[in-house]
Amino acid sequence: MPLANTSTSVPVIVDNEKCIADKGCTVCVDVCPLDVLRISEQTGKAYMAYDECWYCMPCAADCPTGAVTVNIPYLLK
Amino acid sequence: MDDILDNQTEVSCDVLVIGGGTAGPMAALKAKLANPKSTVILLEKANVKRSGAISMGMDGLNNAVVPGYATPEQYTKEITIANDGIVDQKPVLKYAQTCYSIIEELDSYGIRFQKTANGDFAVKKVHHIGTYVLPMPNGETVKKALYRQLRRARLLISNRFMATRLLVGDGRIAGAIAVNTRSGELLVVRAKAVVLCMGAAGRLGLPTSGYMFGTYENAANSGDGYAMAYHAGAALANLECFQINPLIKDYNGPACAYVAGPFGAYTANNKGQRFIECDYWSGQMMLEFYNELQSGNGPVFLKLDHLHADTVGEIEDILHRVERPSRSAFHAGRHTDYRRQMIEMHISEIGFCSGHSASGVFVDEYARTTIPGLYAAGDMASVPHNYMLGAFTNGSVAGKDAAEFASGYELAAFDRGDVERERERVLAPTRRDDGIPPNQIEYKTRRLVNDYLQPPKVARKYELAQQRFAEVREDMERTMIARNAHELLRALEASSILDCADMAAHASLYRAESRWGLYHLRTDFPEKNDNDWFCHTLLSKRAGRMTSEKRAIAPYVVPIADDEKKLYDKQRVGARAAV
Ligand SMILES: Cc1cc2nc3c(=O)[nH]c(=O)nc-3n(C[C@H](O)[C@H](O)[C@H](O)COP(=O)(O)OP(=O)(O)OC[C@H]3O[C@@H](n4cnc5c(N)ncnc54)[C@H](O)[C@@H]3O)c2cc1C
Ligand code: SF4
Ligand code: SF4
Repeated sequence: MPLANTSTSVPVIVDNEKCIADKGCTVCVDVCPLDVLRISEQTGKAYMAYDECWYCMPCAADCPTGAVTVNIPYLLK
Repeated sequence: MDDILDNQTEVSCDVLVIGGGTAGPMAALKAKLANPKSTVILLEKANVKRSGAISMGMDGLNNAVVPGYATPEQYTKEITIANDGIVDQKPVLKYAQTCYSIIEELDSYGIRFQKTANGDFAVKKVHHIGTYVLPMPNGETVKKALYRQLRRARLLISNRFMATRLLVGDGRIAGAIAVNTRSGELLVVRAKAVVLCMGAAGRLGLPTSGYMFGTYENAANSGDGYAMAYHAGAALANLECFQINPLIKDYNGPACAYVAGPFGAYTANNKGQRFIECDYWSGQMMLEFYNELQSGNGPVFLKLDHLHADTVGEIEDILHRVERPSRSAFHAGRHTDYRRQMIEMHISEIGFCSGHSASGVFVDEYARTTIPGLYAAGDMASVPHNYMLGAFTNGSVAGKDAAEFASGYELAAFDRGDVERERERVLAPTRRDDGIPPNQIEYKTRRLVNDYLQPPKVARKYELAQQRFAEVREDMERTMIARNAHELLRALEASSILDCADMAAHASLYRAESRWGLYHLRTDFPEKNDNDWFCHTLLSKRAGRMTSEKRAIAPYVVPIADDEKKLYDKQRVGARAAV
């Protein structure tokens, strides 16, 4: 069976102005228990690559520049 | 991104601890301290810094046995009654006798516990009979404090490795196989002793929101530990005693009567009336909760709006900072304010978890499973109602005993074919060009769990579930596809979840009575039947097949008087007077 790309809105937002991933930071990617954050090859900034979030917030708590906002996933908002 | 590398490494150690959440770090630390020259590896699917149930800390100890408030014997009695008599008391008593020294140890790590003006621990009453809840004013620091100890002891930590199977040889444990979650590379760890600390099976039922990762338990806890123990041939106890928790509706935080209760908050019905006498989580309490939800008095709420605004502020300060801090964003989005409205509650998805109920890998008072050299601690081990302090305490017990076991043995030999077969199983989804992705396999399994396994339980529904699970299994084995290492992680988790679903069905069908209130409410056998079922059930894999058997309850070391046995059956307000 062929696969489709179904879009979902992701709960975690990274402020590209504040994110210093291009200077080597990977803190949020490292701490996430669900391993859903990555550094974008295009922008050099962190982003949510997989919509599989426990909205637990270590990513936001540990980000050195306060770039991460965790929202409640739309399905349960 | 997340490209799959076809690679395999092998390492050896004395003690391997799998799962670096709560019990695991403590087990690894104690094993290392017991024998500083030994090699101890702590293997974690996520990152030990922020993994497990306590990733953002905890607001308190739910089961602290503190001298002056309660004795180990009183605690053992309370848990025996709360768990409907089906309790091996020795491990519970051992926990109760040991946990105070662990509180002192945590205190020495810099974790503070609430004290009275006299400097004594300020323990609160939440349970039906005794007083066991100890708040942690700087509870958000738990994980950091623990991590510092691991660094100091120079433990070997392997993050982002998901264990998938255990290796057994010479009639004892030989090691484990793990998969790197970012590359799919295999790691074979040979070990003289292995401690399983992989938490609850938290991704079994589907939250009513439909969001697959909105589970009560840390969603990384997909039941891999239960599945691994099963495939290795270890016995699992009382899996039909599901975990079901009262939560905020749609939000996966406990409504937290344990925090708010001592301040005067309580669980109420739609009339704002209290209907249960005690907010301590037990199957019997959950049954009253469920009954109220279904009745004309439903739904159920957490009521704080009668409290002074300053008191509510104090409660919010705890609830919005620790444990599940996204709670404040959730309430803000719904425009709910504890000061003005009652907060709607609901019941959680089902899971296995001894930390909250009693479903876990069978262990004795030394955290030993039925396989020599294999240990289990925390939510996945069978010590009932064990919570966070139980994970720390029994992790400590397991680590020490595992170190001693390891010092008496060489590495066990094992069948190399087992590694080859596991390698094929793991990588199969990566070798297909086309098929069903892991999220659909998982969603379907969990949707079926909700449809058929969620109590009340009925045999015919369970048999239908088994048929559907077999169909999903066939799809999984033949057609599941993983296009990168991250999808492979989810694919392996989907397989654990399906194993747990099968175990939940098998164990529930076996116990032909009702027990533990809602946790094992069988409408086709509505009564408790002590004549035939006052026993544990043990599930294990024998000659490739799932089997269940009875196991007698060891004679109580703390006797329970007849008039005490039913104390947890009288949860409804007024029930005590009526009986
Ligand atoms: C929301 C919530 C609130 C709670 N509140 C309280 C409270 O206030 N007081 C209290 O006493 N108790 C509380 N508890 C219970 C308590 O937190 C748990 O009982 C305890 O932390 C469990 O510890 P554990 O080590 O068994 O599991 P966890 O701490 O969850 O650790 C399991 C670890 O195993 C890892 N893992 C899973 N699978 C694999 C694999 N295949 N390979 C490698 N690693 C793996 C996970 O990533 C995780 O780090 C709460 C639990 C939850 C979920
Ligand atoms: S932690 Fe913050 S700064 Fe670092 S990569 Fe993540 S978002 Fe960027
Ligand atoms: S909220 Fe938790 S699960 Fe979600 S991205 Fe942040 S750390 Fe990961």
